[in-house]
This record gives sequence, structure tokens and C-alpha cells, in this order.
Amino acid sequence: MYDKGKIVIGVILFLALFTIPFWYSQATGEADRKLDLKPPPNGATQCVESAGYMRAKHMDLLNDWRNQVVRGEDRTYVSKLTGETFDKSLTDTCLEQCHTNKSQFCDECHSYLGVKPSCWDCHNIVEEE
Amino acid sequence: MELTRREFLKMAGFASAGVVVAASAGSLLAGCSPVAKSADGSLKGKQLAMLIVPSRCEEGCDECIRACHLNHNVPNLANKKHEIKWIWQTEFQHAFPEYMENELLKERMEGVPFLVLCNHCANPPCVRACPTKATFKREDGAVMMDYHRCIGCRFCVAACPYGARSFNFEDPRNGLDKSKINPNFPTRTKGVVEKCNFCTELNLYGGDLPYCVQACIKKKGSQEASALVFGDLADEHSVIHTALEHLQKEEKLIPLRRKEIAGTQPKVYYLV
Repeated sequence: MYDKGKIVIGVILFLALFTIPFWYSQATGEADRKLDLKPPPNGATQCVESAGYMRAKHMDLLNDWRNQVVRGEDRTYVSKLTGETFDKSLTDTCLEQCHTNKSQFCDECHSYLGVKPSCWDCHNIVEEE
Repeated sequence: MELTRREFLKMAGFASAGVVVAASAGSLLAGCSPVAKSADGSLKGKQLAMLIVPSRCEEGCDECIRACHLNHNVPNLANKKHEIKWIWQTEFQHAFPEYMENELLKERMEGVPFLVLCNHCANPPCVRACPTKATFKREDGAVMMDYHRCIGCRFCVAACPYGARSFNFEDPRNGLDKSKINPNFPTRTKGVVEKCNFCTELNLYGGDLPYCVQACIKKKGSQEASALVFGDLADEHSVIHTALEHLQKEEKLIPLRRKEIAGTQPKVYYLV
């Protein structure tokens, strides 16, 4: 092989640069970060639907609520799990009634997964104590 | 059983009387709210509308504007070019430029302050212009904005003959006092168009009135003295319908609408 030395150095440099995100997160301790979700401070144990459904589909549920409220004037949600009724409102129902600790619940998971939902650009959050 | 002609007519008479009584009882019960809701909870209003009686406005009063802008988190931005307006005051010649051709009216009305807002047109050009259906007309006639769907193209701003729409050139939170933000109503974001929504976030069918009307009634003491009247124009028993009749017949006021010639069928009436 010609220019063996240069190629090996090049490959090593390439690999080092390519894997920087891994080294970086190791160095800053981000890699060992454990997701630490705090339950609602009011002691509620049941969301509008099952925890698994909410974990996977809460964004779809909120999008549906949004469309139904804004465009269809349909403001009442009936839980498929318990049959209870809820007001379709991110601020009034989700954040004010249960998840008053938004930073320890919503933000915690969103930042862990690196997603940046634009909900809070408009929807106001009552400052946490 | 054989029915005689006389018996048949009697029965028919009672039946139609029953229908009339039931129908009028229904509308009497529904009369408690400015806009009535149907039994199944759907929007029964056919055409939400507003009356404005400029002569009842007190000089220097801006209670309605402040109430609206405070509750809807409408920002007060330093840059005049970025101004956001839902309801504001202008002068007759700007609200009704077409009447300036009429010298008699011009002499009398020039400089008279007029409240202006979105006209919630029955034939809204903004809705036709919107490529994403972010702005749409509800069953009850309110012209709405879905900020989630707005792409900020501003076709609607160009289509509206009344200049009732504002574009967010910057984050509106820059112009809001953080301590005074109404947490129950979202602010908007940079890049969307906004306008008056006839307070559809309120329970209009449960007896609530738009914030501007509430503020005016509070200031003037009663609905009868208020410069602003809101309701369902299609409902003959509604407050707005009665007020419109009264103002025309008793007070001899003429209902004007802005730029009627544009064919948009505006639903804000000015009684002058």
C-alpha cells in the first residue's frame, strides 16, 4: 500500500472526529444521565389514558385536542380508559391540574431526547414556585 | 274510526297551536343568553355580529381596547411598523373613505373617532385567500384564526379591505409585561397573522359577552347605554336584533357598514 502512514493517520483522524459526539457526552457526563421524571406533585397516579399510551402518543393526543378545540369547538375529552371527562386544554388540564412541575417532567424528557416542541412559544406557563 | 270534517279541523287546529307554543317556549328559554345554543350543544348562532354606536363613546375612553388587548395578550411594541391591533380607534374619514366624496357628510363627520375591528364578514376575502385554511369561518359566522396552521404568507392581510389583520414581525412577548400576561390565553409567535376573534374562547353560548362589550357595559352602566352590542343577528329575539330595530326606528340612526361595495358582507354595523 502506498502512503500507508498518511492513510492510517487520516483514518484515525477521521474516526476521532466522527465519534466526537460520543467522546464529548462521555466527557461531560451526559452519557450517564438517567431520565428522572417526577410524578405530579398533587399525587395523581392516572393520566387521561394509560401511561404507555401517553408516553408514546401524547403528542398525537395533544394535536388532536388542538384541532378539535380550535376548528371544531369540541372541548370535552372522554377517556377511553376510565370514561372520565376532561377539558381539552394543555394549560388548564395537563399543566395546572397535575403536571405543575413542568421542568421536572415535560422539559426533563424533552431535553433528554433532544426534542424541542414549539407549544410553549405561545401557550403560557404559570411560573413554577 | 270515522272522522267528520269538523273533528279533523279541530284536531289540526290543536296540533298547530301546540307546535307554535312549543317553539316559542324554546326561544323564550333560549333568550337568557345573547346567543342561543342548540339542545345538542352545537353552535346554534347563525351570524354573530356587533353594533357600534359611536355617539355613545365618551371622549378619551379606551376601556374596550384595553380590556381586549389585556385579555388577549396583544403586545404593545415599540416599533410602530410592528404594531399589533385587534380593536382600535380611527377617524371617520379613514374608516369610511368612500363617504368623503359626500361633502355634507365630510363636513359633519370628518375627525369623529370610530372604533374599528375585524368585521367578521359573511363573505370573508381573507378566508378565500388563505392557502392553508388557517383562517376559516365558523358555523356561527365568526371568522377565526388557527395560529398553528398559519404559515405567515400574509395573503389574508392583503385580502382584508379593512386592515384588520396584523402580522407578528417579532416575538410578541417582547411587547408584553410578563406579570400581566393572561395565562389562559396563548400569546402568538413570530411569523403568524392575528386579529380579533370575537372572544370565541369565552362561553358566548353560556351568557358571556366579548371583553370589549363587557368593558363598555361596565363603563356605561347598562347594555342599553353601551356603545357596543353583541349577539346573533340571525336570531330575531336576540339583544342585537332588538337593539338594531330600536336604534333605527326610535333613535333614527342609520346603519353603516365599512366598504360595503367590496361585497364582503361585514357584520360590524355602525349606527350614525
